[in-house]
Amino acid sequence: MSASDLHFDGEFPIVIEGLTNAFGDFVVHDEIDLKVRRGEILGVVGGSGTGKSVLMRSIIGLQIPRCGSIEVFGQDIVAAEPDEVIGVRNRWGVLFQGGALFSTLTVGENVQVPLKQFYPELEPVLLDEIARYKTVMTGLPAEAASKYPSELSGGMKKRAGLARALALDPELLFLDEPTAGLDPIGAANFDELTRELTDTLGLTVFLITHDLDTLYAICDRVAVLADKKVIGVGTIPELLQSDHPWIQEYFNGPRARAAVASRDRGNRAKGMDKHSDREA
Amino acid sequence: MREWADFSTEEAEGRTTVKVEGPLLVSTIGHLDPGLRALDQPVHFIDISNASPIDTVGAWVIYRFATDQNADITGASEQAEILIDAVERSASSADIEPPRLPIVPRVLETTGGKVFEFAGGMLNNLSFMGAILVAMAATIRHPGRLRVRALVRQMELVGVTSLPIIGLMSFLIGIVIAQQGAVQLQQFGAETLTVNLVGRITLRELGVLMTAIMVAGRSGSAFAAQIGTMKLTEEIDAMRTIGVSPVEALVLPRIFASILMMPLLGFYSACIGIIGGAVIGDVMLGIPFLTFLARIQEVVPLHDLYVGLAKAPVFGLIIAISGCYQGMQVKGNAEEVGLRTTKAVVEAIFMVIVLDAFFAVFFTEIGWG
Repeated sequence: MSASDLHFDGEFPIVIEGLTNAFGDFVVHDEIDLKVRRGEILGVVGGSGTGKSVLMRSIIGLQIPRCGSIEVFGQDIVAAEPDEVIGVRNRWGVLFQGGALFSTLTVGENVQVPLKQFYPELEPVLLDEIARYKTVMTGLPAEAASKYPSELSGGMKKRAGLARALALDPELLFLDEPTAGLDPIGAANFDELTRELTDTLGLTVFLITHDLDTLYAICDRVAVLADKKVIGVGTIPELLQSDHPWIQEYFNGPRARAAVASRDRGNRAKGMDKHSDREA
Repeated sequence: MREWADFSTEEAEGRTTVKVEGPLLVSTIGHLDPGLRALDQPVHFIDISNASPIDTVGAWVIYRFATDQNADITGASEQAEILIDAVERSASSADIEPPRLPIVPRVLETTGGKVFEFAGGMLNNLSFMGAILVAMAATIRHPGRLRVRALVRQMELVGVTSLPIIGLMSFLIGIVIAQQGAVQLQQFGAETLTVNLVGRITLRELGVLMTAIMVAGRSGSAFAAQIGTMKLTEEIDAMRTIGVSPVEALVLPRIFASILMMPLLGFYSACIGIIGGAVIGDVMLGIPFLTFLARIQEVVPLHDLYVGLAKAPVFGLIIAISGCYQGMQVKGNAEEVGLRTTKAVVEAIFMVIVLDAFFAVFFTEIGWG
């Protein structure tokens, strides 16, 4: 796909500089810098409590940082007036950890909420059609559109949440632990779906995860949070050059080796290695 | 200013071409789609070579139009082709609202559903009562199993923390009764009977009744919402798995706390009401404050106090059972918690008033008039 098809033409949709987050005396982030490249899937990893979710919440404006600047599509999020952020808000989609679907609405109606909010001029018949194809696009059966969140399994809830996150055809997608709580097959399918949608729709994805399989399978680059800093950003082989103990332990642990093995098996089985240039 | 997507039609050699122009995005498509739907001539080609950029909503609109008209899409960019292909694979005609029956069967179904719900509710209610009785029996046999900490905590929440609001309410009610009563009684020159009015009505009826309504609103709702939320987050299931009976751990302390605190709160409410009345007596009627209080002792029969105190624990029981029962019935979603909480309060207040009427007749019949 050509670059001109994207609305945002800069190289970095997200630019974070000198970001400090703290709760009282407890400092979560200490002057961190991070840039997300357009069209990439950036995996964000780190131990529990290193502030991965806080970082995401800062970017989408749910958490006011103590200092530092965050630019999304060239628009400063921290200092901006609420009105100014609206133009950015409809260009990103967020999948929260639990799905965060509105429990009193069906899946289809959930998808329509952001559409109705931002584009009241859309006719009901088109809204219904959009809700239908978005539901199917995220891998849910068509009938799921009329189901309530409480009638869905955990994996289906994640997909429904993704459908809602994609409702406005965002350029930027935030995923908070999308595969947590899914069975390995469901998780692998979700990874594949993420990769596929990213390639088809030309998304930039900010993906928080604990899942090594996800990192190896679909992430273009990985950012590692530890010691209140981003201690490394790059492809996995680049990160392996680092001698930071956490990175070494993380990527050389038994689970990481298993993830590498499973990816290699998967690639052999497919008979082609679509992403080898990205990962190897 | 937003740039809207638009279209024009062209005819050549008996074939119609629709030319779409402008950005085909969710933000700009709003006027294009109704226009295309309203088009009533057959279309053979759709030219989108001047339409860019495009997103999936734009691709969907073009795809749907092309399928409906059986027309060919021409001039699609690489990106447009990818997206049209993607939405084509995702096309579906499923409903997005839950299936809805026509009106007549729906009314029948809803009515039937309500009947079953009512019957099921009765059964559930019975089994809940049974569970409470079993838990009570177990607690009596093994008093050590009573959760003293939870009980004390609930007594604090039901009783102590509601003292200010119940006090204020009772004081105001005492004032209103004394003032309104005095205005009427003055017409007969019987304003000194205001003391009887205030003393008897607060001790016998209003103290306990108003307290019950306040406790139902404060604590009954809290019981339902708390237990309901715990049900949603599977805390109740976790308790059962560990072998802790939710009835023993959650319901009994709330029931005991309500039963114990209601008489105390009712008596407190009556006392404050009398003080309110005495203030009005002092200000409006010229009855000295202390004389008013002394007269209360002379004109209010002791059995009025007993009537009030006898009703209070029953009301407490009703409020707690209603709150806990509705909380335990929560399933599904957050809306249900709200519905059940409302139901708990409404049912509790209704039952309290019905029982109060019954008590009024009963105590009069046994000569405590």
